[in-house]
Amino acid sequence: MANKFESTENLAAGYGQGKDGTKLIERRRPNRNSGAVARKTVTFGDGSAVTGNRNISLLTAVGLFVLWAVAEQLNLTDPTFFPGPVKTAEEFWLVLTTDSFDRTYLHQHVLASLQRILLGFGFGVLFGVPVGLAMGLSNAARAVFDPIIELFRPVPPLAFIPLLIIWFGIGEASKVIMLFFAAFFIMVIAARSGVLGVKLSKVHAAYSLGASKTQILRNVILPNALPEIFVGMRVALGVCWGTLVAAELIGADQGLGAMIWQARTFFRNGIVVFGIIVIGLIGVLLDQLMRKAEERFIPWRGRG
Amino acid sequence: MSTLNVDKLGMTYELPNNQSVEALKDVSFDLESGRILTLLGPSGCGKTTMLNIIAGFLSPTAGTVSVAGSRVTGPGQERGMVFQQGALFEWLNVEQNVSFGPRMNGADPTETAAKTADLLNTVGLSGFGQKAIYELSGGMQQRVALARCLANDPELILMDEPLGALDALTREKMQGLILELWDRTGKTIILVTHSVEEALFLGDRLFVMAPRPGRIEREYDLPFARLGLTEDPRGLKNSPEFVEKREEILSLIWDMEEEIMGRDGEAA
Ligand SMILES: Nc1ncnc2c1ncn2[C@@H]1O[C@H](COP(=O)(O)OP(=O)(O)OP(=O)(O)O)[C@@H](O)[C@H]1O
Ligand SMILES: [Mg+2]
Repeated sequence: MANKFESTENLAAGYGQGKDGTKLIERRRPNRNSGAVARKTVTFGDGSAVTGNRNISLLTAVGLFVLWAVAEQLNLTDPTFFPGPVKTAEEFWLVLTTDSFDRTYLHQHVLASLQRILLGFGFGVLFGVPVGLAMGLSNAARAVFDPIIELFRPVPPLAFIPLLIIWFGIGEASKVIMLFFAAFFIMVIAARSGVLGVKLSKVHAAYSLGASKTQILRNVILPNALPEIFVGMRVALGVCWGTLVAAELIGADQGLGAMIWQARTFFRNGIVVFGIIVIGLIGVLLDQLMRKAEERFIPWRGRG
Repeated sequence: MSTLNVDKLGMTYELPNNQSVEALKDVSFDLESGRILTLLGPSGCGKTTMLNIIAGFLSPTAGTVSVAGSRVTGPGQERGMVFQQGALFEWLNVEQNVSFGPRMNGADPTETAAKTADLLNTVGLSGFGQKAIYELSGGMQQRVALARCLANDPELILMDEPLGALDALTREKMQGLILELWDRTGKTIILVTHSVEEALFLGDRLFVMAPRPGRIEREYDLPFARLGLTEDPRGLKNSPEFVEKREEILSLIWDMEEEIMGRDGEAA
């Protein structure tokens, strides 16, 4: 059992990037029948040889959970400070099925959070990518935007919040705009480096084939920058999600951040705990979605 | 009739430290239509620079280039390029790569499809049209690059070390393909290579270039490219005439390298 896991993981890590189809199959074969696995003698320092072990990972997770449950059952911890799995599950069920806690169902909190990041992130991509492309293509755009980007990029998005609240009030706008900033700078940098990464010979080839500037932008520069833009989107989505929860601690009625903050003031720590778990799971889900989209839309990534 | 006129071409790169490199100095030659010229010479003698100027990617600091009587001021479709590697569009499949030029020019889709199929057949890739670029071997990728260039029907084809990244066996096969295409299409070709053997085999004209300043050191008119169309390439490359020329050029380049090393040694 353990061996089977190991060899499939090896496959993914070490042999997944075979350059042409035939080679991939040839190299896979010895791994299939585990009797003839290529034995590496150097594994310390060879990243592809460090595959972990799913059984151990599973054991760690289960072990932690059991410890948590046992602590609760034996009353080793004060449930107000550190609720156990049963208490947490009860609270979860309560917020999922009723709005008795803060007049809001769990799904409403989730939707409120998702809506904010989709808006902020969406506008960030929509404006960030063209600005980044322009900066990689034109001296003027580079000159205009460089100081702005360089100055504001290192500022943590949350630092904008006080000003945004003064300007736009405590409502949705200030949160969405802050998320916009968070995504915008990341996307500008990603798109710019995507353009700068274009191999000159590709652009030259396109010119020699009679393409116009607009055609080159659309048919060469944009697809060439797409992998970097996608990486930027994944990073931006992660940063937005992290920032959002923090932003919701300040003046929001709905949203997962708001939910756990209110729960804290009422000593409902079970809600805080499952809130954290839900936030974590959605974060993982968003990342997985972006990865899937990447595989689907840019299969040529890293194969130029 | 001569297709290409290069007249007193000079290219001086200004370096940031106020120094400059004379990558080309006073290079002049005419190339008649339908010939295949190979450029050979030590690293840094200005081969790529010359090709880029003829292609119109660089503007020379002295002299002019004209193709079919009109002066080159920028890239143009009558001058096709084949690069060493990695100049294919990996987000497009083989067919879309080959048809790129006609599609950008708004050619009739049915005609383009027929032409693409025909070209893929010519370079030995029929049936590979739907494959992704990264699924092909290096040699197959260069076949695609040749087909993509031919799709626009250029007068002059410029190749910068097109076979440089291939293994020896694939390379020999591809040399045969280039000769075949040259013969069949009657195109004028300039091909840069680091291999003396390749330069002799593919060039019905050959320039040995020398560095600092970059210039044409010696010129040859050669029979091997024509012979290579009918004779066995291995036999040809082992013939006494071929071997003699090869040794002559090798020692010429060897002397150049020695001189470069000597000069660098003094400077240091
Ligand atoms: N963009 C540039 N800026 C400054 N110097 C350059 C530039 N491009 C080329 N050079 C210099 O010009 C000279 C000729 O370069 P070039 O690339 O044309 O040589 P090459 O014959 O193609 O060499 P190789 O065989 O290595 O490809 C070299 O000394 C090189 O350092
Ligand atoms: Mg070169």
